[in-house]
Amino acid sequence: MSVDAVIIGSGPGGSTAADVLTQAGWNVVIIEKGRNHLLDPKDLSKPASDFSNDEVKFMDRYFLGPDPFLEPRTFRVSVEEGDRSHVGEVNSIPSTVGGGGTHADGKTPRFREVDFAMLSEFGPQPDAQMADWPLSYDDLEPWYAHVENAIGVAGTEGANPFAAPRSGPFPMPSGAPMYASTISSAAAEKLGFHPYAAPTAANSVPYGGRPACNNCGFCAFLGCPIHAKGDPVALLTRTMATGRAELWSETYVSRIRTQGRQATGVDYIGPDGVERSMDAKHVIVAGGAFETPRLLLLSGIGNELVGRNLMCHYQSIIVGMMPFDVHGDRGRAVTHVHDDAMIPDKRSIQAAKDAGLPWIRGGLVEHSGGGMPAREAKIYPWGANHGELMKNSPMRRHLFAFIMQGEDLPYATNTVDLDPHIKDVRGFPVARITYRPGRHELVASQHYGPQLEEILLEMGATWTTKTSSPGTSYNGPHATPVPESRHIIGTARMGVDPATSVVDEWGRVHGLDNVIVADSSVFPTSAGYGPTLTLVALSARAAGHLAGVTPASLS
Amino acid sequence: MLIWLSESEFATLQSVCDRMVPKSDATPGAVQSGAPEYIDTLLGAFSFDPPRIWAGGPSSGRAGGVAAFKNFHSLTAMDELAWRTRIEGSQGIPEREFNGPVIGLQQAYRDGLAALGSDFDALTPEEQSERLHATPDFAEMVFTHVCEGMYGAPEYGGNRETRAWAAIGFAGDVQPRGWTDQEVSAP
Repeated sequence: MSVDAVIIGSGPGGSTAADVLTQAGWNVVIIEKGRNHLLDPKDLSKPASDFSNDEVKFMDRYFLGPDPFLEPRTFRVSVEEGDRSHVGEVNSIPSTVGGGGTHADGKTPRFREVDFAMLSEFGPQPDAQMADWPLSYDDLEPWYAHVENAIGVAGTEGANPFAAPRSGPFPMPSGAPMYASTISSAAAEKLGFHPYAAPTAANSVPYGGRPACNNCGFCAFLGCPIHAKGDPVALLTRTMATGRAELWSETYVSRIRTQGRQATGVDYIGPDGVERSMDAKHVIVAGGAFETPRLLLLSGIGNELVGRNLMCHYQSIIVGMMPFDVHGDRGRAVTHVHDDAMIPDKRSIQAAKDAGLPWIRGGLVEHSGGGMPAREAKIYPWGANHGELMKNSPMRRHLFAFIMQGEDLPYATNTVDLDPHIKDVRGFPVARITYRPGRHELVASQHYGPQLEEILLEMGATWTTKTSSPGTSYNGPHATPVPESRHIIGTARMGVDPATSVVDEWGRVHGLDNVIVADSSVFPTSAGYGPTLTLVALSARAAGHLAGVTPASLS
Repeated sequence: MLIWLSESEFATLQSVCDRMVPKSDATPGAVQSGAPEYIDTLLGAFSFDPPRIWAGGPSSGRAGGVAAFKNFHSLTAMDELAWRTRIEGSQGIPEREFNGPVIGLQQAYRDGLAALGSDFDALTPEEQSERLHATPDFAEMVFTHVCEGMYGAPEYGGNRETRAWAAIGFAGDVQPRGWTDQEVSAP
């Protein structure tokens, strides 16, 4: 069979491309290696009812995949560690229909103007491959607006004084603020910070045929039982309703076939284990910043930069013990954030100077508290006091945290490549991650951590502590060098010059006419914001360019 | 009724669970909460059809809605391969050993409980703790499962009558009722 486009990956990037292309009249096949728990198997234009408030299922038993036995990844800090130092879970962003959108708590901030021009605006950094994006915020703004309406983003206009200009309002107002976030926001404001209601792709009112979020509290890392979280179920359901898309789950693309400058289709292995081929006029790769470079490498596609400049977000986790119940088990996991750590001020300029760096930037600071009880139980040591600790619950009911998603800079030595020995269940080499944060990330973390500690003390914290992920900035429970951030970025960076980039501004792989990357792999720099809305907007823009449609012509 | 463990193994496991999270005046212990039964259910998950791996959705019925947690998901061939290998071990079966042999949970429990000694139940609490600390990998595995068994959904075989949730003031799964905006912002 031959289709207009085969889309590899059904997460936010792939779903968005499918939505735009099917609206433009294209016939597409979406191939997803994970299982379908998102859409009703009897009618793929409707959501399924597989998700639930179930900590064991989602947190302990890999319901959203990937199962590290079937699809391990390997990790090392640097090549000096040898082939690898770890095999198993590495940033296990879901491998399932809906991809990372199923487990995210839905924070969907836009990037700001400067995030597209870091080299021009901030300048180079030692060892980092700083670059401007080949497009500007203004180029992307119409697509930001389009996808915010498509997935349903709740937000408060004007709440963030640092936000880039918008062409229109949020499609719905912000949802209910979590109790402790109202306290943290007041404390932050008193100290001169600028907290605001996080733009979130979770319905605050019924929207798009989906209900309003009912604040169940099982949000981050779990699928939404009522599908109030819109990304990407909103896009996938309406894609399937067009009748122009097929969704092949449990199907693994092993190779993109090419002939000269053209991709001709893909080889794939279906649920029956049989390898087959299909023809396609276009191949859209949306596997995420690990699986996309892995497939390009398995296919022999792209230049020597494929897999390089991997970025996560360096997480600084600053926690304080509160003399009150934070009630973190109610609400959307995180309802408030602030951007101040991304805005240079006298203190950050001095801190950079003291460290011998040209500049530092932190990242979005999430106001966060609470958690689920089995997670809490595993933290306390076993013994006679365990029950009492759980009842008093210092961790779940009284700990409040600021998590700064610090901007990672792009380093050519942070990579995704093919492990030389470890295979997945189908016999293909797994992705090997080589990652170590740079000096900039550590200096920024050390600079901003104490500022966040001050807010915790203003809130009334009786004690505070700091940790980081990976565990290189502060001593603490996150001692593993494997980063826990699910924000994985880079590895197929976009740019004008094929000598310094993998894809062009439309996501098209240099040297091939019809292979498009539509996920966060293409980001040249990582900003300090979650990547989802930006990758979705980029995917929509790339698909729109491909099909010759604009946001104005799409619903 | 036991599912996979023998009577004597289960008795030793109960002692281990009781040592890890004993009952107090304010809270049930691991045994009272059904953690040993959770572990036995996990080890014998493939005694059920569908296997007791993933409870159903979208709700349990405890907060309204349909009681669907009890309807466990069926597994695909890939899911079954992963979970049979994790629980039963690779046992020399080639398709389970693509990255080498795997010791399953069943073997780990059987060996670990045996290594504690047949006299474990009769030891003093201090002596039991000492033996558990001497096998840290086994103790960590059991404790992980004890926590899941106490504080996970009861459909997995533990958290008997949701006692553990009640003792710590946790509402458990709340769909489809959820929380009102007032309960979220000004509890």
